[in-house]
Amino acid sequence: MPKQPSFSLARLAIYATLILACAVYLVPLVVMLLTSFKTPDDIRTGNLLSIPDVFTLIGWVKAWDSIGGFFWNSVKITVPAVLISTLLGALNGYVLSMWRFRGSQLFFGLLLFGCFLPFQVVLLPASFTLGQFGLANTTGGLVLVHVVYGLAFTTLFFRNFYVSIPNALVSAARLDGAGFFTIFGRILLPMSIPTIMVCLIWQFTQIWNDFLFGVVFASGDSQPITVALNNLVNTSTGAKEYNVDMAAAMIAGLPTLLVYVFAGKYFLRGLTAGAVKG
Amino acid sequence: MATLELRNVNKTYGNGQADTLKNIELAIDSGEFLILVGPSGCGKSTLMNCIAGLEDISGGAILVDGQDISGMSPKDRDIAMVFQSYALYPTMSVRENIAFGLKIRKLPQAEIDAEVARVAKLLQIEHLLERKPAQMSGGQQQRVAMGRALARRPKIYLFDEPLSNLDAKLRVEMRTEIKLMHQRLKTTTVYVTHDQIEAMTLGDKVAVMKDGIIQQFGTPREIYNDPANLFVAGFMGSPPMNFIPLRLQRREGRLFGLLDSADGHCELPLGEVEEGLEGREVILGVRPEQVLVGAGSGALPGIRAEVQVLEPTGPDTLAFVEINQAKVCVRLAPDAAPRAGDSLELQFAPDKVLLFDAQSGERLGALGKARSPERLARVAQLKGR
Repeated sequence: MPKQPSFSLARLAIYATLILACAVYLVPLVVMLLTSFKTPDDIRTGNLLSIPDVFTLIGWVKAWDSIGGFFWNSVKITVPAVLISTLLGALNGYVLSMWRFRGSQLFFGLLLFGCFLPFQVVLLPASFTLGQFGLANTTGGLVLVHVVYGLAFTTLFFRNFYVSIPNALVSAARLDGAGFFTIFGRILLPMSIPTIMVCLIWQFTQIWNDFLFGVVFASGDSQPITVALNNLVNTSTGAKEYNVDMAAAMIAGLPTLLVYVFAGKYFLRGLTAGAVKG
Repeated sequence: MATLELRNVNKTYGNGQADTLKNIELAIDSGEFLILVGPSGCGKSTLMNCIAGLEDISGGAILVDGQDISGMSPKDRDIAMVFQSYALYPTMSVRENIAFGLKIRKLPQAEIDAEVARVAKLLQIEHLLERKPAQMSGGQQQRVAMGRALARRPKIYLFDEPLSNLDAKLRVEMRTEIKLMHQRLKTTTVYVTHDQIEAMTLGDKVAVMKDGIIQQFGTPREIYNDPANLFVAGFMGSPPMNFIPLRLQRREGRLFGLLDSADGHCELPLGEVEEGLEGREVILGVRPEQVLVGAGSGALPGIRAEVQVLEPTGPDTLAFVEINQAKVCVRLAPDAAPRAGDSLELQFAPDKVLLFDAQSGERLGALGKARSPERLARVAQLKGR
């Protein structure tokens, strides 16, 4: 390839477009952050993008006071649900790729329907089932719903990764004397780190950000933070405290943001794993 | 150290597909090196997986040291296998790869360490023990894969096309090493390959397979010199055996084959051949090195033919001529090579050429050679299928 000149009009246009796109995506975040550090008076007098006169944490403290408890609810729902659905998905994928049985392809096909199923469709059956199990309005029930709903995705991720691994690996381990779970735990799981990260990020984002299941299947003190945030922002009594709203929204969104920042590189690597042989 | 015997092994995947393995019948002695060779899809890998226990057989028996193992799970068969893709565990170091099978069998750590050290020394991979598979070249991975198989000192080694992922030079090196290793360890070995040179060089016994049927089972020498049918004759040998369609003529009680080229013709005396051969379509098989050129004795019938193409390979020069509208390859010494367009005097030694039935591909009565009863029985077995 001929050496590109370091500056050209085309390149300028590309960078200008990229910077514009960045700005479009970042401005809301900037507005939220700025607003959350302002005093209510400052918000009324200044404009959206003005720098706060004094940086204050009142908004953040107040926000944490009202939704902090629900933050821990979300943690209690999300962490077990993410871990269980990831582990079960890995096990499913392992069986569906390495231990095919009669009809396993059909089984996988049907399981994939779960990925296309809208939340709303399962609300009534899920609520009925939870009632039967005595899990209605409990954290455990919400975990169960999220695990079941997430299985379709996690199974898909793991199955597609394991399909790209030569079957000879399992054959070799079988000849070495390893059994079903030894092969899974000692050989396949250690290879699956990128896929595990994809599942963790995907499931964490889905479950943490879920609103519908939270609002339907939890009530009162067991509600997740998304529902609590909605309740806080939608209160119509008194003056609107935008700084508190913004801070609360930041608190609710922060965990997923952090997960992406710290595990994002695995996400891309995992999504493309198996796409290219290397 | 163990004998291996396959008795009437059958394998079918059902649902109306053709059988993958049909009446496989063979036996090798303790310490012998068996080659399963054939084109892709002939069932050789399936047969190997059946021996390993990775696939079940539909009928028959697999005996190791006289004991039927066909119902056992792979881990109880005491068989180790080297895979075409090596199948090294990617997250484990070389040391862990070799030790994995021993650990699962719960050997004491001291014994495992000693065994890993022994295998590493044997294969000269001591300096690689702490590496991961991805940090090694193909040849090194190949060695580790063999090391993993050697570590358990199993009764039987299985090799599934172990050299086909290596480049040509390394392939030849590793071939010699495998042979050397086998001479030293004397472990019963089954080796699958589609490469007829590997089959010839490595095997004590060779089974040539096609469409799930063993076409011929014998020593490499028997397979090469005395092929049972057209397929075996054409598969073994490089360049392959020449096949020349032949018209037969009977005169004064003797049978002659008619050969024609643009430059001449000759009548090849075929001696006493099976009855009723006259007028049938027959194919004459002769290997490139068995066509005699020029100087030959006057006793042999000869035919002149024009050299169309020359292919110098280094040690030999291959000359291609046309006889009976078939391309015939002749192997010549490089310094005796003619030029393209030259005319060569070619002679066929009647006791070297083979005859095949054009329709069935079966070998026809050896020219002048009496068939051993054993061979006849084998042919009968093949025909019975």
